[in-house]
Amino acid sequence: MTSGGEALIRALSDEKIDIIFGYPGGAALHIYDAIYQQDKVQHILVRHEQAAVHAADGFARATGKTGVALVTSGPGATNAITGIATAYMDSIPLVVISGQVASHLIGTDAFQETDMIGISRPIVKHSFLVQSAEEIPAIVKKAFHIASSGRPGPVVIDVPKDMTDPKVEFEYKFPKDLYLRSYPILGKADPTEVSDAVKMLKAAKKPVIYSGGGVIQSDASEELVNLSKMIGAPVTNTLMGLGAFPATDNQFIGMLGMHGTYEANMVMSEADLIFNVGARFDDRITNNPKKFGLEAKKIHIDSDPSSIDKIINVDVALQGDAKLVLSQLCKEFENSKLKNTDLKPWWGQINEWKEKHGLNHNMLNLENQKDIILPQQVIQSLYKVTKGKAFITSDVGQHQMFAAQYYKFDEPRKWINSGGLGTMGFGLPSAMGVKFAFPDADVACVTGEGSIQMCIQELSTCSQYGLPVKIINLNNRALGMVKQWQDMQYGGRYSSISYEDSLPDFVKLAESFGHVGLKVEKFSELNEAMEEAFSLKDKLVFLDVLIDPDEHVYPMLEAGGSMSEMRISKKDKTF
Amino acid sequence: MLSHIAILMENQPGALSRVVGLFSQRGYNIDSLSVAPTQDPTLSRLTMTTSENSEIINQILRQLFKLVDVVMVQNLTEAEAYSIELAIIKLIAPQEKVEQIISKANNLEGKILNEQDGHTMFEIWGDSADIDTLLASLKDEEFLEVTRSGLLGMTKGNVALNTNDQTKISYE
Repeated sequence: MTSGGEALIRALSDEKIDIIFGYPGGAALHIYDAIYQQDKVQHILVRHEQAAVHAADGFARATGKTGVALVTSGPGATNAITGIATAYMDSIPLVVISGQVASHLIGTDAFQETDMIGISRPIVKHSFLVQSAEEIPAIVKKAFHIASSGRPGPVVIDVPKDMTDPKVEFEYKFPKDLYLRSYPILGKADPTEVSDAVKMLKAAKKPVIYSGGGVIQSDASEELVNLSKMIGAPVTNTLMGLGAFPATDNQFIGMLGMHGTYEANMVMSEADLIFNVGARFDDRITNNPKKFGLEAKKIHIDSDPSSIDKIINVDVALQGDAKLVLSQLCKEFENSKLKNTDLKPWWGQINEWKEKHGLNHNMLNLENQKDIILPQQVIQSLYKVTKGKAFITSDVGQHQMFAAQYYKFDEPRKWINSGGLGTMGFGLPSAMGVKFAFPDADVACVTGEGSIQMCIQELSTCSQYGLPVKIINLNNRALGMVKQWQDMQYGGRYSSISYEDSLPDFVKLAESFGHVGLKVEKFSELNEAMEEAFSLKDKLVFLDVLIDPDEHVYPMLEAGGSMSEMRISKKDKTF
Repeated sequence: MLSHIAILMENQPGALSRVVGLFSQRGYNIDSLSVAPTQDPTLSRLTMTTSENSEIINQILRQLFKLVDVVMVQNLTEAEAYSIELAIIKLIAPQEKVEQIISKANNLEGKILNEQDGHTMFEIWGDSADIDTLLASLKDEEFLEVTRSGLLGMTKGNVALNTNDQTKISYE
């Protein structure tokens, strides 16, 4: 016989979960007592519930498995909300278990009561309120199935305290099968559409493959590479899709969109065929949708039918799982008797664009300025020292864009960032989740002095569990991305972007938690410090790099314009 | 133009708020809504009208179907469907006068439900637009109260919003 609390933990274990991230509290005490009395599921105590969800999220993104967080009712639940919204926007499989006040107290404004099902409703794939303890194993099974299948997403299980009461026992039974009345999961795409797509791909003179996070979710990188090689078209990745196609491959033209490369954005606006694989035409990509790809036919693979024709209408919709649909396309492409179109003229044009305004063009004349460190150079150094093999998590802002532009990800699941919601504070806790999943891998959190302070308390968690992540702090002494917009659009009126003299001494701060802090102020010291940070295998190193405070992220799409309307440096623009 | 959508969903606490929440969350407008359990007490049927354009309607249908609690969705506007709305209206007027109002109302049927102290309550049913017309024609000083069912609808013939299927997801 088991109690609800024991059943909950046992069901997690039956779902092959051996690590969860959380924070205890009154309504979750029975569950925590059940955790104490077993050794299959390890609980990691974070310092704030937001971090618990981000850690579970980082774990999920790096492994492809479902991450689990456990929080208490009321403030525990509301603190988890930012983490849940982050996972929802990026379609990350999570199960978040929240304690709730006892059933008879629900609705009475009881101590630490909040309507978690209501508050989380718009940012979950689904949610469950446990209404009888015996249901717990079946609910856990459904929750994991829903979180991880189709277009993945977070699922909340809200557990009133009486449902985990140790005095109420029942026979534990983990269901073999589950029943859902309406939950279709798309597999292969319609063969007619597949054959139409191949005809278009073969006929296109200026095709582009634009792939997103869906390729990573569906573990379809291999299939994407195979098909791309057959077509020979340029490949660009969204911020969420980086690593799905190897960045060092000749066909890769960099990230596209708001801060995409000049060549990727030019290719998108000049293409006669845009082939979207697992991306969603969001506003950071399309810029003004009315001016998007006017000359291009469009093919769209998506596992979520509601993503099709949501923003951009397409000619061929391939509804299905990216991995399966890409395999179908490969087969059809191979068997098709149609001739491939010669893409040499297209590549000639693309290479011209690359030479004209490739990413590094505006950095070349700065090589003599040995003392000033450009943020881009920090990422290049990080790339060199880690040989491009590290897991890189990031926070949100300029540093995130520099990392996305300059760290060449050759493998999926190595680039971990909050793309959709843009959550500052995501970097450090998600790096913890990655490090738990891959203890022997290099894990670096690229951050800024603004973002890192949003979850800085997790330095303590890293200390408790001995997590030697490397924090690369691009410190420009201001909220850089906001400052950039204020430079560009608000006449340099710097409203609330400076901390004046209140920044902590990050070296001492790191040391106070038992970590190593290193400060880098000159370009000549950068590589050496980066190497030292990664040579200290067992230590968390906080590398505080003072960078040029005036650098902007370029290219940058002009608001309301087409994808070819870019600012490419402080002085130059394409329009 | 008003679109008319029928939804079959799990009769679960929270299911209705997911459907209604979807509309406010994505900025869609609901003009009318009615919901009640079906002959199968585990299922509820919800019918709603919205004045969004057809592209948005397609998006609404897909977003609705994505909700785990939603079992089936049907666009009654495009189908051959029968629809009706019922209203109960109370006027400060004697029964004879209300009887005249009912008999003159275009395309509507109705009957007196109750008269008390010079207040007459009646029910009336038919097209929503005709009910709108009737309500607009009532004199302000006579009018007291109205409640409307929202449009109800059903497709004709063998197409039905009805299921007993449970999708079994096997892990073997």
